[in-house]
Amino acid sequence: MSVLVEVRDLVRHYPMGEARVAALKGVSFDVEDGEYVAIVGPSGCGKSTLLNLIGVIDRPTAGTVSIGGERVDRLPDARATEFRLRRIGFVFQRFYLMQALTARENIELPLSEAGVKGAERRDRARALLEYVGLGPRESHRPSQLSGGEQQRVAIARALANAPRLLLADEPTGELDARTGAEMIALFERLNADGTTIVVVTHDEDLAAAARRVIHMRDGSIINDERAR
Amino acid sequence: MILSLASASLLRHRTRTALAILGVGISAAMLLDMVMLSSGMRESFKGLLLEQGFQFRIAPKGTLPFDTEATIRDGDSIVALLRTRPEIDVVSPVLGGQLHMQAPRGTVASSALGIMPEFQGDYELVSGRHPTATSEMVANDALLLATGLTIGDTLRAGAGYDPQLRALSGERTLRIVGRARFIYMAAEQKGAALPIAALRDMQGRDAEKPVSIAMIRTKPGIDVAQESAALQALLPHVTVISTAEALQQVDERMSYFRQLAVILGAVSLVVGFLLVTTLVTVSVNERIGEIAVMRAIGVHRWRVIAQIVAEAAAMMLAATPLGLALGLVTARYLNSILANFPGLPERIDFFLFQPRAAWTALGMLAVSGVLAAVYPSWRCASLPIATTLRQEAVG
Repeated sequence: MSVLVEVRDLVRHYPMGEARVAALKGVSFDVEDGEYVAIVGPSGCGKSTLLNLIGVIDRPTAGTVSIGGERVDRLPDARATEFRLRRIGFVFQRFYLMQALTARENIELPLSEAGVKGAERRDRARALLEYVGLGPRESHRPSQLSGGEQQRVAIARALANAPRLLLADEPTGELDARTGAEMIALFERLNADGTTIVVVTHDEDLAAAARRVIHMRDGSIINDERAR
Repeated sequence: MILSLASASLLRHRTRTALAILGVGISAAMLLDMVMLSSGMRESFKGLLLEQGFQFRIAPKGTLPFDTEATIRDGDSIVALLRTRPEIDVVSPVLGGQLHMQAPRGTVASSALGIMPEFQGDYELVSGRHPTATSEMVANDALLLATGLTIGDTLRAGAGYDPQLRALSGERTLRIVGRARFIYMAAEQKGAALPIAALRDMQGRDAEKPVSIAMIRTKPGIDVAQESAALQALLPHVTVISTAEALQQVDERMSYFRQLAVILGAVSLVVGFLLVTTLVTVSVNERIGEIAVMRAIGVHRWRVIAQIVAEAAAMMLAATPLGLALGLVTARYLNSILANFPGLPERIDFFLFQPRAAWTALGMLAVSGVLAAVYPSWRCASLPIATTLRQEAVG
């Protein structure tokens, strides 16, 4: 397998008053194409910061991030946005769907941004809704969907432009156990279909489903274990 | 998609959006009124001056038409001289004065114009005919009402009146042959017109042949500015005033009106601008997480800015018809109040609707709508995505 994500000596400091807090203290690791990686650790250990840097929505203080062989840690805004649009899918704990749009329109948003036109855009959005098991709910607005359904729409939105890499930040954090289990199954199916997944979680079941678990503490990786 | 999001954002808080649109509409109405006021009176006055097609007025040296009681001596010679010029089509001499009339309801004083009926441009005949004989006159409704007379009636009139002796001077019997509407007189002003020879005779100035002004119309295709200069050189002892010069004088006298209009217009524009800026900023703050997510999933910065600008522009657009309607209604109402200002010609409008004025107001409104989106757009454009999402997650 080839390396999809390459993280080297990643450091991220945040200003806090006059002091600077080190959220990441020189983290290095690789993620191979098709891998399913869970990053776990206590709150404030730097795992979300790491995910944001891999997702090109933040810039490191030092170190490098490469995705698919391309350095992304210093991309100018327009290129970073384009990179996120086409190469990365994001799933957030709070779903963050556009409340004014229907389930289908939420999925169409990144497709529209990528220049996919009318009928094709609608067809692709419908296919993605079918994939996550929400075909009949395409015209529902987020407020008319359950938490699990909203997260499925969010996953479908993240997959809209067929990214190689899916990043998820506590995707089961707001879901009950049963819905969380459904989500874990969906992630496994996604990974089996070829999507590389990096998930930040406190959920032991979700982490257990991953084939590799990176343990973090105080801004550093303390353990990196692969399932046998 | 971006437009859907913009409209959805506005519709999310319908009452708030409606109130903001109402507020912007009111400030748009005031802006339109002020733009109309700043140019309305000038344009209205210009229309009045050009209504009968006269491009020049000749007045006594150093005065404006009917600004003083001064007259030009030997006016008939000047008129005759002017009529010899091939560039000139019509010369209409006018002598101003007073008429005191003994009417069934008592003595009535009225403004009087001595005119040449075949060339006159001071009144429009409503009914009857022009006064062609020196014993005839036309009167306006205010005078007819005050005297209780009507077309066909005769009356005794004088150019002067001694209140102690209760006697008319320069007395003459005149017959009312027409009902007229005087173009340059105020609505409530009593007015009469009679042949200039009759008024001169009544004033005892027949030998002097005075005129207060002479109105001049050139032939088609004549360069007005060039002719104005030529006339001034030909007649150095009078003042030749073209319509443009008269307007300039009006501009100078009415400059405080314009300043007031500009200040109030600017204030209303700023109020509208602040309303929209505030509403859009509040709206952006409320969905800052949503905006951060849009950016995170790959929506370009300029598309987010386009959404914000579209929201501001939509509010301004929605407020435009409201402001236009409200502005026209209030302008009409204010105009009716100001039209009763004493001494102003009946046809002068303070608030004159001109398409250009409306476009100017709407243009300024559109620009301020776009500018109103600058701050909230800048806020969105400079949004740190990761930090915002973290704060939203914590919040």
